[in-house]
Amino acid sequence: MLYFTRVKAAAIVASAFVVIVFAVPNFLPARMVDSWPVWAQRHIVLGLDLQGGSHILLAVDTGAVRKEKLESLRDDARRVLREARIGYTGLLVRGNSVEVRIRDNARFDEAQRKLGELAQPLGGILSATGQRSLEVTTDGNLIRLTLTEPAILERVRQAVAQSIQIIERRVNELGTVEPLIQRQGNDRILVQVPGLQDPTRLKQLLGKTAKLDFHLVDTAVPPQTAQQGGLPPEDEILYSASEPKTPYVIEKRVMVSGGDLTDAQPGFDQRTSEPIVSFRFNTSGARKFAEVTQQNVGRPFAIVLDNQVISAPVIREPILGGSGQISGSFTVESANDLAILLRAGALPAPLTIIEERTVGPGLGADSIAQGKISAYVGAAMVVLFMFVTYGLFGLFANIALAVNIAMIFGVLSMLNATLTLPGIAGIVLTLGIAVDSNVLIYERIREEVRGGRTAINAIDAGFSRALATILDSNITTFIAASVLFFVGTGPVRGFALTLGIGIVTTVFTAFTVTRLIAATWVRWRRPQRVPI
Amino acid sequence: MRLLRIVPDNTKFDFMRFRRISFPVSALLSIVAISLYFTAGLNFGIDFKGGTLVEIQTRSGPADLAKMRSALNALDLGEVQLQQFGAPNDVLIRVAQQPGGDTAQQQAVQKVRGALGSDVVYRRVEVVGPRVSSELLSYGIIGLMLAIFGILIYLWFRFEWQFALGAMIANTHDLVLTIGFMSLTRIDFDLTSIAALLTILGYSLNDTVVIYDRIREMLRRYKKMPMDELLNIAVNATLSRSIITHLTTTLALLALFLFGGNAIGSFTATMMFGVVLVGTYTSIFIAAPVLIYLGVGAGRDALTGDESNKGRERP
Repeated sequence: MLYFTRVKAAAIVASAFVVIVFAVPNFLPARMVDSWPVWAQRHIVLGLDLQGGSHILLAVDTGAVRKEKLESLRDDARRVLREARIGYTGLLVRGNSVEVRIRDNARFDEAQRKLGELAQPLGGILSATGQRSLEVTTDGNLIRLTLTEPAILERVRQAVAQSIQIIERRVNELGTVEPLIQRQGNDRILVQVPGLQDPTRLKQLLGKTAKLDFHLVDTAVPPQTAQQGGLPPEDEILYSASEPKTPYVIEKRVMVSGGDLTDAQPGFDQRTSEPIVSFRFNTSGARKFAEVTQQNVGRPFAIVLDNQVISAPVIREPILGGSGQISGSFTVESANDLAILLRAGALPAPLTIIEERTVGPGLGADSIAQGKISAYVGAAMVVLFMFVTYGLFGLFANIALAVNIAMIFGVLSMLNATLTLPGIAGIVLTLGIAVDSNVLIYERIREEVRGGRTAINAIDAGFSRALATILDSNITTFIAASVLFFVGTGPVRGFALTLGIGIVTTVFTAFTVTRLIAATWVRWRRPQRVPI
Repeated sequence: MRLLRIVPDNTKFDFMRFRRISFPVSALLSIVAISLYFTAGLNFGIDFKGGTLVEIQTRSGPADLAKMRSALNALDLGEVQLQQFGAPNDVLIRVAQQPGGDTAQQQAVQKVRGALGSDVVYRRVEVVGPRVSSELLSYGIIGLMLAIFGILIYLWFRFEWQFALGAMIANTHDLVLTIGFMSLTRIDFDLTSIAALLTILGYSLNDTVVIYDRIREMLRRYKKMPMDELLNIAVNATLSRSIITHLTTTLALLALFLFGGNAIGSFTATMMFGVVLVGTYTSIFIAAPVLIYLGVGAGRDALTGDESNKGRERP
């Protein structure tokens, strides 16, 4: 147990050294590290609880996705039947299905076939799952198209992927450092923005769908009549975004959609000096916009954002240049935000904030200070205790402990891991637990000495017997730490990580560093008695 | 240099006799803990209950809790708790979960921000909606179960099934007592509590495994020693290590408890209880003697841990 070949000894020292070297960038100014190759730049990232910032978990509104998907299926069914000139009645959405009754029995099979063609294979053409987006069932003269769950799931996943891109564009406009935006599970998006003092504006930017459409206002129906039940089926009532809420009767048909915008910028109206947002359309948007404005001079044209009317100016002359401006009681900030939202594009479905955790920079700094103090005090007490209890061997244990802690930092850096306050607690706890391996070995040596072995013999036996126990006992804690890593989130995960890494480095140092130190000492001093 | 001997060499405590006291005491405490859990329950934090937690610091002088309380109660947000948190200008505000789903929680935060005005610095804002809180709770419970199960499998693999079962009995006892402690002290039960429970589980098992390892070694070596005696020797042989490791861990936890600040205060308090008070006791007084009842070593010899056989001559 105590014999090491030169190669082995060198390998141990080298591997410990390499791991520890990875911790170096953490202690150097960023300026210096920036010029290094990427692999050498790896460093520990402070968690949001230590550096301050916002953690926001968003969920895609799957209900809205389902509804939208069903409505477009209904429209597709209508189109298919009209194109084939097949008579139908009662086309509607019911539950998870679209239902339609075919008038002409003779053409029922044809209708069923045509509608069945709306079903698409899932997962793209290359996927071999054979799952399709629709199930077609019949009941008398009724055809029922049911959306399959995998189809909705796939649509939700697409919505999440699109939303992530749009959110990235929106968050980047805030000018913060290194925001993290990633998918979580099927329908969630995690947004982490470090160093944000007040997340209110971030939340406003995330919470808006920003679906912008241009609709004509139906001037033939006064809003009062419409509210009392006189609403034509092709119209709907929408209210103004600004207070007081004014009702407008709007044609449902979208004349130009916000998807055709290429740019939006905040600015000021030249005459009134009011904040405005000016926008520009792409070619097809510009053409549609020109057509609509040519044909409807004198009619009010509503700009609708997320089902609220921003403004409804009267078209005075055709707008042919493909650009325009929106005014509507904006502040400088709200005009700026609207421009950001329009540039980034509309979310495919509304997002809801389901979890928010924000830590101010003050608390973060306090936590770092407290973490440091407790680590120093804990380390000092443990080191002193070991020295008082085991003397020279205690000193060996303390060297091994220092190597151990340095290696924890090295491994954390290699993994680009996040250090949280509970993570620091995990390291401090490791201080207490790590010396256990030495305690086990030394106590065993004491026992072997009492059992009548010679010094060198006792040290050898102590190591070989204790190491098996060290492995067994650490694996249980490691199992607990790994489970915690997989079920935990955020700071708790940080704790599991440092605890788990601490166990690995503890076992490593016990098997190598501690043994190597003892072996070197034994070879050098040839002790007649063990000083513990 | 004279070294500190915390535990003298060659102790010969008859730990196995203590099981006549330790088993009933532990059973009683466990019953108390379980009934506390079912009557008083745990003080669920927002992680599991949902709701809003806001930590603020007033800019000018100590916080006027009464004034803040009346301002917040006027918002009609249901249960609102205020609590001084460390310094006199540091206040922790808890707002109960709002009816009306995830969006309603966000609106409540906006209202609270409005009511508190501009004299405060927001140190921490946490809002957990109903969907996330129920998930976190089930994840926490699943995690605990998974850890217990995983460790059970591992011990079964490494030792015999009796050891695995014995370790589980002992360490479930630790968890039950810790949960009782959390119920009694009304410590916030949140995600970090799950972390604390899992660490206690890992640490106690670590301790138990060390003793079991020695028992196994002795079972191989002393094939004819009565179980009581064998367990006593094993526990005494590892006693010094148990106490010293216990002390180093206590020192580390004490540093965290005293200097780690409020944010991890309940976390370290829970671990102090589980690791320092309960863990080591369990390994010695529960985990080791319980092996007698589980029939460890029963097959190797006619003599078992049964007291009546103790004096009989061995064949």
